[in-house]
Amino acid sequence: MTPGIRRTGIEKTMKMVLMISALASVLIVLLIFLFTAKEAMPAFREIGIGKMLSDTTWRPGNNQFGILAMIAGSGLVTLGAVFIGVPLALGTAVFLSEIAPLWVAKIVRPSIELLAGIPSVVYGLFGMVVIVPWVRMIPAPGNTGYGLLSASIVLAVMVLPTIANISEFAVRSVPRGYKEGSMALGATKWETISRVIIPAAKPGIISAVVLGLGRALGETIAMIMVIGNSVILPTPVTSNPLSIFLSRARTLTGNIAVEISYATGVHESALFATGVILFILIMLVNSSARFLMRKGARS
Amino acid sequence: MNKRSFAQNTAFGIFWLTGATAVLIMVFVVGYIMVKGLPGISADFFTTSPRGGLSGEGGIYSTIVTTFYMIVVTLAFATPLGVGAAIYLTEYSANTESRVVRKLVILARFGVETLAGVPSIIFGLFGYALFVTALNMGFSILSASLAGACLIIPVIIRTTEEALKSVPAGYREGSLALGANRWETTWKVVLPAAFRGISTGVLLSAGRIVSETAIFFVTLGGSYRVPHSLMSGGRTMALHVYYLAMETRAFDKAMSTAAVLVGMIILMNLIINTITSRISAKQG
Amino acid sequence: MKRKIAGLIALVPVILLGACGEPGDGTPDDASAESVETVELSVVGSTTVQPLAELLSEAYEAIDPNVLVTVSGGGSSVGVKSASEQTADIGMASREIKDSEIQECPEIVVHTIARDGIAIVSSLDVDVDGVTMEEARKIFAGEITDWGEVGGTPGMITIAAREEGSGTRSAFEDLVMDDAFISETAILQPSNGAIRTTIASTPGSIAFISFGYLDDSTKPMAIDGALPTSGNVNAGTYPVVRPLNMVTYGEPTGAAAEWLEFIIGEDGQAIVAAEGYLPVN
Repeated sequence: MTPGIRRTGIEKTMKMVLMISALASVLIVLLIFLFTAKEAMPAFREIGIGKMLSDTTWRPGNNQFGILAMIAGSGLVTLGAVFIGVPLALGTAVFLSEIAPLWVAKIVRPSIELLAGIPSVVYGLFGMVVIVPWVRMIPAPGNTGYGLLSASIVLAVMVLPTIANISEFAVRSVPRGYKEGSMALGATKWETISRVIIPAAKPGIISAVVLGLGRALGETIAMIMVIGNSVILPTPVTSNPLSIFLSRARTLTGNIAVEISYATGVHESALFATGVILFILIMLVNSSARFLMRKGARS
Repeated sequence: MNKRSFAQNTAFGIFWLTGATAVLIMVFVVGYIMVKGLPGISADFFTTSPRGGLSGEGGIYSTIVTTFYMIVVTLAFATPLGVGAAIYLTEYSANTESRVVRKLVILARFGVETLAGVPSIIFGLFGYALFVTALNMGFSILSASLAGACLIIPVIIRTTEEALKSVPAGYREGSLALGANRWETTWKVVLPAAFRGISTGVLLSAGRIVSETAIFFVTLGGSYRVPHSLMSGGRTMALHVYYLAMETRAFDKAMSTAAVLVGMIILMNLIINTITSRISAKQG
Repeated sequence: MKRKIAGLIALVPVILLGACGEPGDGTPDDASAESVETVELSVVGSTTVQPLAELLSEAYEAIDPNVLVTVSGGGSSVGVKSASEQTADIGMASREIKDSEIQECPEIVVHTIARDGIAIVSSLDVDVDGVTMEEARKIFAGEITDWGEVGGTPGMITIAAREEGSGTRSAFEDLVMDDAFISETAILQPSNGAIRTTIASTPGSIAFISFGYLDDSTKPMAIDGALPTSGNVNAGTYPVVRPLNMVTYGEPTGAAAEWLEFIIGEDGQAIVAAEGYLPVN
């Protein structure tokens, strides 16, 4: 074999190997979906997907497998986290990209990186010993501190770095010309930020929030440590509708983590079904974020 | 004008406040864990293994070993695949004419983006069903690291792509002009130039493995013995925090272990930042 | 085309295994270099039995250093399943083995290593010292919602319980709840330890936990006048008791048999008693 042929041989082989690695992610996603769906089939067949999605009673011992309460739990806790976390994250993003002097940014940015790196089990622990006792001090019947509010606060801190980083990137990607033009026309810095830069970065900011939503929906360990895990449709505990956040709840992720090790038969399959529904939900959220980002990039 | 500058001052005040809040949250969380956790840390804490069942006595030696094994084995699975994928996506398919290849690239990117969004409990569920149960690997480092690899492959692909893109095009053109083929150029010229960037990605992934709990909760078993093969179960430090907080009477030990974890993450971030600033200094 | 795809799929594990050979190779050699022949026993299952099994394995390894017992969690059902499918040497279950499980795998052999009482505990602020079985059922079913109804200072009762499928929960349901369901508003936690933490920190709360988890952070409650103590269980006055089981596929042999023998023996049972569980006679 001449060196030339060997070289081309290596080149061809490597190209093939690299292509396979590139497609590995697709294969893994496919494998995960198919495998989870296969394990979920008995539940879908025996219980019925419609019944699972519409029934609020989850009582595996009695063959009742409704996950509506968990969907509501996941939805509400995410909503709460967005409500608390988004203003903070967006403020931080604008602050970092437009306002903060370099030395301040050098403190703020690593702080956010560190928040992103802290393990979720540590957030859960912190939630258990700090946040839950705080929330317990709110006077309301049946308030134990464990519930949506504590979980939302913990989750808000956890998604803050995701939302802040991506929206900072979006704000920075606004062409400098926009800013200079606006300032040249006599606008103040704040007018430029609020009327030119933020509107121009809007698609990126929205997709940052949606991606944060996706992360929030997927969080598991920290949630089971603070949310109380009760399988109930959350309801306000007082006449104030906001007190719904003092209710305990369970997330879709928590349902899987809490029960998978004990489940057999249809119960186990129903947990895989919970996984399939969570998977589809997050796929929808993430692809809408990507769609928004592309739309933003085009316009 | 007064009104306008008042609006600006108020708005900027609020932005300063949010920035400060973000820092304060970090200081509070990290500070709390450190203040509660550090007093329990001694040399013994690092050199003895957990023991005593419910009482949660002992240190964290075996959990450090397991964490280390998990990092090494997971990276061994994920790094070649992730770096390979990134090379294909940036080096091989960039200027392609072939429509098939373009379709493949779109498909591959879709896969990476989707994988990056999959929540870790799904990886755990998948790993539990496929590796632990169907393939009979049991609760083991092997099962857990295969499931864990799914989590970090997208991280490695993204950071490697960034690193490869930052290698000046002139390097490649020079090498190709000298008669080297695409692979030789990549292997001998582009990869060495991108090495620092890739290593930050690998380090970032190691951090994800250190932090991960949900996947390992359902695939690693939680035995606190020192693992002695790929088929042994184990308990990483993060998992140990969970077990200590949830199963034992030793809340103080949970705090100490959490403090060590947070310390590790701080260290990793410092290293990553140093590498990154050197890269930008070199390019700047 | 199909063959190509099949080839590609076959390649993936080859790449994976090639990559993992390195870290895996060194370690087993190290282990065998230390001792003549180390036998590894994998023990998997109930998180209630796990801490006890860990202690028992430490004690046993002090006697026979050639045996290495690896104790993993997973839950009672996983324990039985692992033994039936022989993915573990020994399965742990904190409840009776179900008929359906025996039907699925008639070969499994059950070894009761200890008995465990399930205690009803409240937070320390509760001034009710005991309840009747009937009251306990009604409290956990959510029919009695105020401490005033069972003779205490009026205040809302907060229930905490283990999740569906837990051995402790199913034993409690069998022994206390009859046909009633545990209230849906109960705080659910995935382990005895978490339940205890919840009760200790939540005023006016009540839950059930394994005897092994009793300590001064929660207040044990008498059922029908009997406090949850080993003495009362042995005297037959404390009614809520379940077995802690080890499950093997067929009669155990070798190291598994020796370890189980050690557990049932005097030294093993002393550890069982020291941890707050009830020895088997």
